[in-house]
Amino acid sequence: EDVLPPTRGRLTSRDELDTQFDMDTEDDKARSKAAAIPIRQSDLDTLPSRVATLKISERIDRSISPQKKSKSTIDSPSVTPRQGVSPAPVSRRSENTPSGVTSTLKRRPIAADRTNTLRDYNERLEGRDLLNLVVVGHVDAGKSTLMGHLLVKLKVVDDRAMHRNRTEAARLGKDSFSFAFVLDESEEERSRGVTMDIAQAQFKTKTKIVNLVDAPGHKDFIPNMINGAAQADVGILVVDSRRGEFETGFEYGGQTREHALLLRSLGVSQLICAVNKMDTIEWSQDRFEEIVKKLSAFLKPSGYKDADVTYVPVSGWTGENLITPNNPPLSWYNKDESTSNTTVNGVIHGATLVDLIDRLKPPERPISKPFRFCISDIYRATGVGAGTVSIAGRIECGGVEVNERAILRPSNDQVTIKSIQIENTNVTSAFAGDNVTLNIQGVDPTHLFIGNVVCDPEYPIPCATVIQARIIIFNISVPIIPGTPAVFHFKSMQEQAKIMTLVEELDRLTGELKRRNPRLLPKNSSGVIELVLHRQICCELYSDVKELGRFMLRQSGLTMAAGIITRIIT
Amino acid sequence: MRLIKKNLDRGLSGELRLEPEEQEDMWHAYNLIAVGDSLRASTVRKVVQTTDTGTSTTTRKRMTLTIDVKTVSYDSAACALRIKGCTIEENEYVKKGSYHTLDLELHNAFTLHKHEWDSIAMDRVEMACNPAHQADVAAVVMHEGLANVCLITEHLTIHRQKIEHTIPRKRKGLCAQHDRGMEKFFDTIIAAIIKHIDFSLIKAVIIASPGFIKDQFFQYMLNKATRDDERRLLENRNKFLLLHSSNGFKHALTEILQDPLVLNRLSDTKAAEEMKLLDQFMRLLNDEPEKAYYGLEVVEKANQSQAIEYLLITDELFRNIDFTKRRRFVQLVDSVKESGGTVRLFSSMHASGERLSQLTGIAAILRFPMPDLDLFDEHHHHHAEVTNEEQDELENDNLSHNPNRPVHHFDNTDDDQSMDNNRTFKENSRAEASAW
Repeated sequence: EDVLPPTRGRLTSRDELDTQFDMDTEDDKARSKAAAIPIRQSDLDTLPSRVATLKISERIDRSISPQKKSKSTIDSPSVTPRQGVSPAPVSRRSENTPSGVTSTLKRRPIAADRTNTLRDYNERLEGRDLLNLVVVGHVDAGKSTLMGHLLVKLKVVDDRAMHRNRTEAARLGKDSFSFAFVLDESEEERSRGVTMDIAQAQFKTKTKIVNLVDAPGHKDFIPNMINGAAQADVGILVVDSRRGEFETGFEYGGQTREHALLLRSLGVSQLICAVNKMDTIEWSQDRFEEIVKKLSAFLKPSGYKDADVTYVPVSGWTGENLITPNNPPLSWYNKDESTSNTTVNGVIHGATLVDLIDRLKPPERPISKPFRFCISDIYRATGVGAGTVSIAGRIECGGVEVNERAILRPSNDQVTIKSIQIENTNVTSAFAGDNVTLNIQGVDPTHLFIGNVVCDPEYPIPCATVIQARIIIFNISVPIIPGTPAVFHFKSMQEQAKIMTLVEELDRLTGELKRRNPRLLPKNSSGVIELVLHRQICCELYSDVKELGRFMLRQSGLTMAAGIITRIIT
Repeated sequence: MRLIKKNLDRGLSGELRLEPEEQEDMWHAYNLIAVGDSLRASTVRKVVQTTDTGTSTTTRKRMTLTIDVKTVSYDSAACALRIKGCTIEENEYVKKGSYHTLDLELHNAFTLHKHEWDSIAMDRVEMACNPAHQADVAAVVMHEGLANVCLITEHLTIHRQKIEHTIPRKRKGLCAQHDRGMEKFFDTIIAAIIKHIDFSLIKAVIIASPGFIKDQFFQYMLNKATRDDERRLLENRNKFLLLHSSNGFKHALTEILQDPLVLNRLSDTKAAEEMKLLDQFMRLLNDEPEKAYYGLEVVEKANQSQAIEYLLITDELFRNIDFTKRRRFVQLVDSVKESGGTVRLFSSMHASGERLSQLTGIAAILRFPMPDLDLFDEHHHHHAEVTNEEQDELENDNLSHNPNRPVHHFDNTDDDQSMDNNRTFKENSRAEASAW
C-alpha cells in the first residue's frame, strides 16, 4: 500500500454516523471490479457510439487540494493518489476498460487541457480558499439578521442599500428586521418577517471566499433548507440565547436538533455554533456555558467531532463580536493573548465570528472527476440571446469552460454552454464547488426541470427509478413497513417515493447484518431498502461521488431517514 | 345503483338486475363482476351485412347480449368499465361463442348471473344500493411548483389533474420573475378547479399546502374572481377550507383527512374512517407489535385463536381471479364476523387502501397479544401449506386421518372443541420449532 501523502483539507478519519456511510477503499475497488455495470447504450441513442464506459471509481483521482501559499502550484496541480493507485502517467489507454467494450475515443488528458483555465481559477481565488457556508437554526433565532449585519460590516452591502432597507422595515413596522431585509427580499418574506427560501450572497475574509446560503428555519420550509445545505461545505448553527427561547428550539419539536442532524447527514462536518442575542442577557457567561454544554452533549453523539465544532457568543442586532471583539461585556471571553489559541470544549477565547470562519478547513474539490452540474433554478435572463435559458446551481465535480458541449440528463439533450456567470460577472471557466449560472443553448424548455443534471457527454450520469440504499432511521413514531410512501429529497428536488422492499436490517453502530427481510424497521435503526421513485432522477452511487449519493426521506413534515445510494437497479 | 330484480335460488346462485346511476356505481360493478359470471346488457355491436352483389356494409346495431365474462377492466380516470367475453346466447346478428366487449353505461340496466353469491358480494350490492349519500369533497394539495386536484367520494379518490410548473426562485434584486411564475401557476390551478369541480355536488373544497402558499392562493383566487366576475367561485367561497399539509404530493391527502377541522365538517367520511383505522394499526406496530400483524397466513393463524378484533382487508383481494383464494378470503371474513370481530373493507381507490395493499392487502388488529406469530410463518412455510391442504380436504368431506397428526377442526363455531384443538395445534408447532 502506498503511503498517502498528508492531505490538506477535509479530515479523512470519521466515526459514528459516518462509519456506516464511509466505504472502505478496498471495498470500493473490489466491489466496482466485481459489478461493472456499463452505461446502457439504449439510453444514449442520440450520442455517438464511442461512449466511454469506464467507471469513475477506476480513474485516477487528481483532486486539487486547496491553495498553498506559493503560486507555484499553478503548473503542477498536486496529485493525491487514492485507492492505492500509484501516480501513473497521464496516458489513459493504459487503464483497464471492462471486457467487451474498448473505447476508440481519444481521451484528452484532463489535467493538461485545463491548465490555462486552472490558472484563471487560481487567479480568481486570489490565494484564498472557496467555501460554501450555510446558516441554519430554529425559527427566529436571528440567522438573517446575523448574516445581514455581517454583510454590512464587511461592506458587501453599501450604505444606500442599507438605508433603503431600514426605511422599508420601518414602513412595515418591523424595525428589528432591517438587517434581515438584506437577505429576505421578496414581498411575502418581508411582510411576514420569515425567510421562506434560501438567499445567497458572497463575501471575502482574510483567507476565504465564502458563498453564503441563508436557510429558512421554519418547519414548513425544510425542503428549501435541505436544498441550501446540500450545497454547503460548512455550517453555522444559530441559537437564541434568551431564557426559554433556546429550550423551545432545542426540544424535540424544535428545529435546532433537526437542522443539526440534517446538516450532518448531508455531509457537513464542521460547525460553528453562534449563540445569538447575547446582548439581551447582558453577555452572561453562565448562560453561554450552559448552552455550550447542552449543545455539545447533543452534537457529539450526532456525529460531530469535538475538534470540528466551535462556539461563539454574538449579537446579530448590535453587531458585537462579529468582526471586532467587544471588550467590556466580553472580558470573560477575551482572555489574555497567551491563551488565545487554545480551545476549551470548542470555545476559542478571543475569536470573533469571522475569525472562526477563517479557521475552517475547506474540503477537497473533485476537479478531475467528470463534469456534473445540478440545476437548482431555471429562468430566462434578460440580456442574453434568444434561445438560451439560464440555469443556476452548483458544480459538483469537474470543470466547465465557455463554448463547451454538455448533455442534459435524463432527457439527453445536447447543449452548448454559451456563458458562465459567477455573482453576475462573466467568467470563462468554473470548477467544482462554484455556484454558477450557466446560459445554455440547444435545450428543449419542456425537458428542463429542477433536479436535472448537466454533465460531461463522455461520462453521463446514470439515471434511476429504482434504487437500493442504506439508510439510518431517525426518531419516528410509526415504523417503516413495505409500501411506506415518503418524499425523497435529493439536492434541490423532492420527489414522491415508495419504500418497496426491506432488504436487510443492520446494526446502527457497527453496520453488521441483523436480519434479512425484516417485517418492519423500527425507529433509530439502520437498514438496506429498495426505493421506487415516481420519476427518474439523476444520481450517482455514494461510493463514486459522495455529493451525488446522499438523500433524505421525509414524511408529514418530519425527517424519517437519511441514506446513501448503494446500487442503481433500473 | 338501483336494484330492479332479484332472483336467487337458496341464496347461492342466481341473478340480479341492477341499474347504475352514478360514477361510483361503476366502481361497485367492477367489484361485483367476476370472471366466470354471465352478464346481460344492452350494447352496440358492429354488424357486417353482405348483399348479393358482394358489397359489404357495416352498421352499428344496438342489441342485448349475454356474455360469459373473461376480463374486466376499470378506467379510474374516466370511471368506465369494460367487460370482455364470449356470447352465450344466439342472436340473429351474433353467433354463439364470438367475442364481444361490453362498455357498461350509466342508466342502462344490466343483469348479472353468478354461480355463488357470497356474503362479500351481497354486502357490495347493499353498499351500492344505499341511497344515503355522504359528503363529496374536493381537495387541492400544493407546494411551490406542484399541485394535485382530486375528488374524494365515499369509495373513490379520483385524481383529476396534476399541475407542475417550474417557478424561478427569488434572486438578489430580481423577485419579479418569481412572482410572475407564481401567478401563472395559480392561474392554471384556478382553471383546473373551475373545470373539474362541480360545486353543486361538492360539500367542501380543501386547499392544503405547507407554508403560506394556500393563503396566497386563496387571496389571489378571490381577487381574480372579483376581477373576472366568476360567479361560481364567488358564491361558493365559504366552501373553501384552508388546511396545512406537509407537501403537495398525492399522499399528503391522507394527512389532511385526519385533520380535526376536516373531521368536524365532514364526519363519517368513509375515507377518514379508513385512514383512522390504518393509523391505529401503524401505531400498534410501533408500540405493541404483537397485537398487529399482516399477511394472509399469519392472519389466518391469528384467527384460529379467535384473536382478531379488527380485520383490515382491501377489496382488491376479492377481485382475484383465483377462485379458491377468493373463497379463502371470504371464509376468513365470515369467521371473523362470527367470532365477534369487525371487518373493515378498504376501498383500494383510496390512499389508505393503496397503502394497505402494499402490505399484502390484509392486516389484523388482535384482541390480545400473540407473540412471534410471524416467526412461525418464516420457518414453517411448507407447514402452513400442508395445513391448508388438510383444510381443503375437510371441506370436501374427505377425512382421511393422518395417524401422526391430530385432526384440526377449523370450524370456529364450536367453542370448546376448537379451543382444545387450537391449543394442541400451537403445542405441536412449538415442538416442531424447537426441533427445527
